[in-house]
Amino acid sequence: MAAVRTSSEITFNRVAIVAVLLVTIIFLAPIYWIASTAFKPRNLATTIPPTVVFQPEISPFVKLFTKRSQLRSPPSPEEYAAAPWWERVVFNGGEKIVRDGKGQVQWSGYPSRFMNSLIVAITSTVLAVGMGTFTAYGFSRFKVKGEADLLFFILSTRMLPPVVVAIPMFLMYRAVGLNDSHVGLIILYTAFNLSFSVWLMKGFMDEIPKEYEEAALVDGYTRMEAFFKIVLPEAATGIAATAVFCFITAWNEYAFALIMTSRRAQTAPPFIPSQVGAGLPDWTVIAAGTFLFLLPVAIFTFLLRNHLLRGMSFGAIRK
Amino acid sequence: MATTMITTLDRSSRAAARGLSDISIRNLFIIPTILFLIVFNIFPLIYSLGYSFTDFRASTSAAANFVGLQNYRDLLSDPYVWSNFAITAKYVIISVAGQLLVGFGVAMLLNRDIPLKGLLTTLLLLPMMLSMAVVGLFWKLLYDPSFGIINYALGLGTFEWLSNPKMALYAVALTDIWMWSPFVMLLSLAGLSAVPKHLYEAAAIDRAGPFYTFFRITLPLVAPILMIAVIFRTMEAFKTFDLAYILTSQPTAELISIRLYKMAFQEWQTGRSCALAYIVLIMVLAITNIYVKYLNKVKER
Repeated sequence: MAAVRTSSEITFNRVAIVAVLLVTIIFLAPIYWIASTAFKPRNLATTIPPTVVFQPEISPFVKLFTKRSQLRSPPSPEEYAAAPWWERVVFNGGEKIVRDGKGQVQWSGYPSRFMNSLIVAITSTVLAVGMGTFTAYGFSRFKVKGEADLLFFILSTRMLPPVVVAIPMFLMYRAVGLNDSHVGLIILYTAFNLSFSVWLMKGFMDEIPKEYEEAALVDGYTRMEAFFKIVLPEAATGIAATAVFCFITAWNEYAFALIMTSRRAQTAPPFIPSQVGAGLPDWTVIAAGTFLFLLPVAIFTFLLRNHLLRGMSFGAIRK
Repeated sequence: MATTMITTLDRSSRAAARGLSDISIRNLFIIPTILFLIVFNIFPLIYSLGYSFTDFRASTSAAANFVGLQNYRDLLSDPYVWSNFAITAKYVIISVAGQLLVGFGVAMLLNRDIPLKGLLTTLLLLPMMLSMAVVGLFWKLLYDPSFGIINYALGLGTFEWLSNPKMALYAVALTDIWMWSPFVMLLSLAGLSAVPKHLYEAAAIDRAGPFYTFFRITLPLVAPILMIAVIFRTMEAFKTFDLAYILTSQPTAELISIRLYKMAFQEWQTGRSCALAYIVLIMVLAITNIYVKYLNKVKER
């Protein structure tokens, strides 16, 4: 902009700043609503006008992790007094925690789905980034016949609609017994993220000056040693960023998980919507489950902020 | 495409005698990935190509009968499938146009000295990183006619969004615009920050008006990157499944992926769904091809 600013420009700048703040508030409102509903007592979750100020409660999270049933009559004072604090908050909401014959608390389906999400996302990320780093180095440093075509092939596998791939995979998995298994989902997510990690890592590899390795080769390193001792440490930031992207993609994935898993290996994204059944859903519990599920991604987004651009464009656009 | 090739070693040199040769390292690094992708992406597609010529149903143990091109003929003459494609096209246009307007608009607003700009940008980018399925589910509460905050904020009373055949598709597109405008914004910001400042200074000296400056300087220079955003979002919007499947069951919002899912996993018309999958696949590959060509063109500059 011109060095001298007219008063109209300054006014416009102020208006723009106000507009940006307004847009940010609108964009964050749904996320804020999830977070606040996760701490509301059930009767305040669906009020008109919406409840904004309230006494935050932990009960949605207790309910999220346990099996509950409706209380027919209020608990006796002794029962209430003997109950631990987390059971009392459930009593307060007119429900009780289901226990088995030995008095053990029955868990809801959520913790195991959350664990499944962690297992599948972490394993597939490690595999995809590991293989992707090697392949990206190969494409970055050596002459490969038909390189452009191969890279297009690699990218196009990522572009396939999940349902298209899922139909034959479902049949094949059924034939070999991989349906509803961690291994099956890990393979799918690895294949899905591998193409992404090759493209992204190639961009990072291209930025490492090849003179580093050449100097190492002259110093008597083998190519392998040069790769592990010179290139990998230089690529560490890129590897970390790629890994976080792969993790988020696998963590968020829904269609494959919906089709390929039903119970044992089910991840959280198909599980959370399945909890909204007939009747009035308890939105505070759904919000609590959503909140816990979104938390890691929100944290990672802040860590990744400087790499978001290249990650979202397959490394095509760099700052 | 710029190939950075490292100086190849003289085969008879001492360096080449140490360890693996460059060629074997290259093969060792690249071939496993290609094989993995062929086995888990291409092989299944060949498998389903075979099924697309049969009347196979995965829910029965009856053997598959070869029916030739019957599935393709039936699908291409099925008005329901065509209406699914039309709905998808409408959805793609609404949501990509909305994302372009909102994303580029916010980027224009953000492209100045603003206190806490970095923090605001990161916060604005948050929606696109979240899980479509899980956040989409929560939008059901936001859209709820009797106690949703959208109707309350806009003063719409008990206006039906998701259970209204006329509004369902727009409601899904609106959520998609919320999720993905940040993506267009991110790319636009990169494009805007790359416009050389001296062009604006020259325009100011020439007393060019804001409209002239925008249409003659800003827009042409940002256009290539906006184009990337548009093609990429078109591709993704065309494949949309999660969001629409979770938010609504209105037939007016039945995108092609949802039709495909229902055909394959609810009606168990496996053979026919494989054929439909192939029709969709060819369309996606065509858009992908355009995208990659464009990426390479932009990269070369």
